[in-house]
Amino acid sequence: MQIQPLIDGKSELTHAAEPPQEVVISTRVRLARNIQGHPFPGWAKTAQRRDVLTACEQAIASLAQMQKSAVLEIENLSDLEKQVLVERHLISRELSAHGVGAGVVVSPDQAVAIMINEEDHLRIQVLRSGYHFKDVWDCIDAIDSSLEQKLDFAFSEDIGYLTACPTNVGTGLRASVMMHLPGLVLAGQMEKVVRAVNQLGMVVRGLFGEGSDASGSLFQISNQQTLGESEADILRRLGSVIETIKEQEINARLRLVENDPSKLADKIGRAYGILQHGHVLSSSEAMNFLSLIRLAVDLGLLPVEQRAQVDRLILECQPGHIQFAARENIDTEGRDIARARLMREETGQMPPLNFDKLAFS
Amino acid sequence: MAKPPDCSHCQKQATIHLTQIVNNEIKKLDFCEDCPHQKGVTDPAGFSLADLLSAGEGSTAPLERDHGVCPSCGFSPKNFKKLGRLGCPDCYESLGSFIEPMLAKMHRGTQHAGKVPDALVSRIRHAREIKETEEALEAAIASENYEEAAKLRDELKALQSTSESANFSHG
Repeated sequence: MQIQPLIDGKSELTHAAEPPQEVVISTRVRLARNIQGHPFPGWAKTAQRRDVLTACEQAIASLAQMQKSAVLEIENLSDLEKQVLVERHLISRELSAHGVGAGVVVSPDQAVAIMINEEDHLRIQVLRSGYHFKDVWDCIDAIDSSLEQKLDFAFSEDIGYLTACPTNVGTGLRASVMMHLPGLVLAGQMEKVVRAVNQLGMVVRGLFGEGSDASGSLFQISNQQTLGESEADILRRLGSVIETIKEQEINARLRLVENDPSKLADKIGRAYGILQHGHVLSSSEAMNFLSLIRLAVDLGLLPVEQRAQVDRLILECQPGHIQFAARENIDTEGRDIARARLMREETGQMPPLNFDKLAFS
Repeated sequence: MAKPPDCSHCQKQATIHLTQIVNNEIKKLDFCEDCPHQKGVTDPAGFSLADLLSAGEGSTAPLERDHGVCPSCGFSPKNFKKLGRLGCPDCYESLGSFIEPMLAKMHRGTQHAGKVPDALVSRIRHAREIKETEEALEAAIASENYEEAAKLRDELKALQSTSESANFSHG
């Protein structure tokens, strides 16, 4: 397995230097870049795609920030390996569907992933655990500036960086924040939030972007527009939306604790019981239960150190990861059994829930 | 319920109702679907009814005629309707009349306000200067203005000598 060393290593998502935060799980910024004089990947012929792949791989390999990175070509990866990379947000579903001439370069800590020949020639992505627009922007800006010394990016003084889809033209920047919003979901307020966020020119999507569901109450909030505003303005506007949603989430949680603590305690208790003792668990069930355990940590029912473990399990309970850990392809039923075993082992070690922390009426 | 009016020209049921103001008098005309076409009734202030009714069908057909095809990659607006993506970076210029209205609808502005890669911009300007000098040189030769042509050829040589490789690498 080509990606084994990467998965075995300590990654930003599974072993971040600082403890995970309450509501914001991770921050991600990506830049879309293309090379002048070459057709976009979706319109290019195979030989043209290969040329771009080789040139980009060489340019990326020479960057100081990308030393010791894994250089992976999609056509050499198994379906399972691709699935694991998608689950880690290191490649998109679109890239995994591309065969010839597509690749990705991933830094050892998986904080930087540069996709080649996805929708654009380059999709540079920087990811960090927690809520850190400034750090992430500084990091991606430096990588972009270094690459610009080596590659002739397609750029217009009028409309900025030229991209395959006109929706990305300008800065080519998409910033997104992964938020855990169980309070708003339980209070039935997510639809209202999605509408309000859309009105501000931002988008709310599920865990895996467009068209994906929101298992585990995980949502990505990102900017939609890329032209007519500077990177700093885009990040500032998105940041203020994130702050507002965070406030709404905390308020929703407080109301749940105040209005119906028994119901909330029951939901959390049942989730914990099934994770510790269940024998068959689908991935969306596991995600939803883990989401309630993360909420329990936030509410003080479990020690704060458990949050990192919950976040790791949210990643590891996904179908690709379950099979990768088992070193084989397993059918859905087998996966549900393997997943339940993993949950029993991991959550079985956690301390009991301290319900005294919830204010019972 | 009142009986729907009949067509002003035949006895079929009227489905199109036209109100015209002619010499400060309001004239109301009722037509069946066929009569406006046959009688050549049009809205004097603008489009004909026939145009209005067929506008939906004809709107996608003349895309290439109106906007052209990208000479760099052969991409056309029709391909965009199918793929939702463009062919190459040059499409933004060659299919500008097709793309610009879209950008205005999609984004907060139509002018780039973000990062400007300085080295890249100076390369773009340099390439543009070379192209313009080449064109001026060709024009000078065509008009047999050899003194000017010699001057332009020297300028072009000087520009090309400072030019970097236009390919991938600038390392």
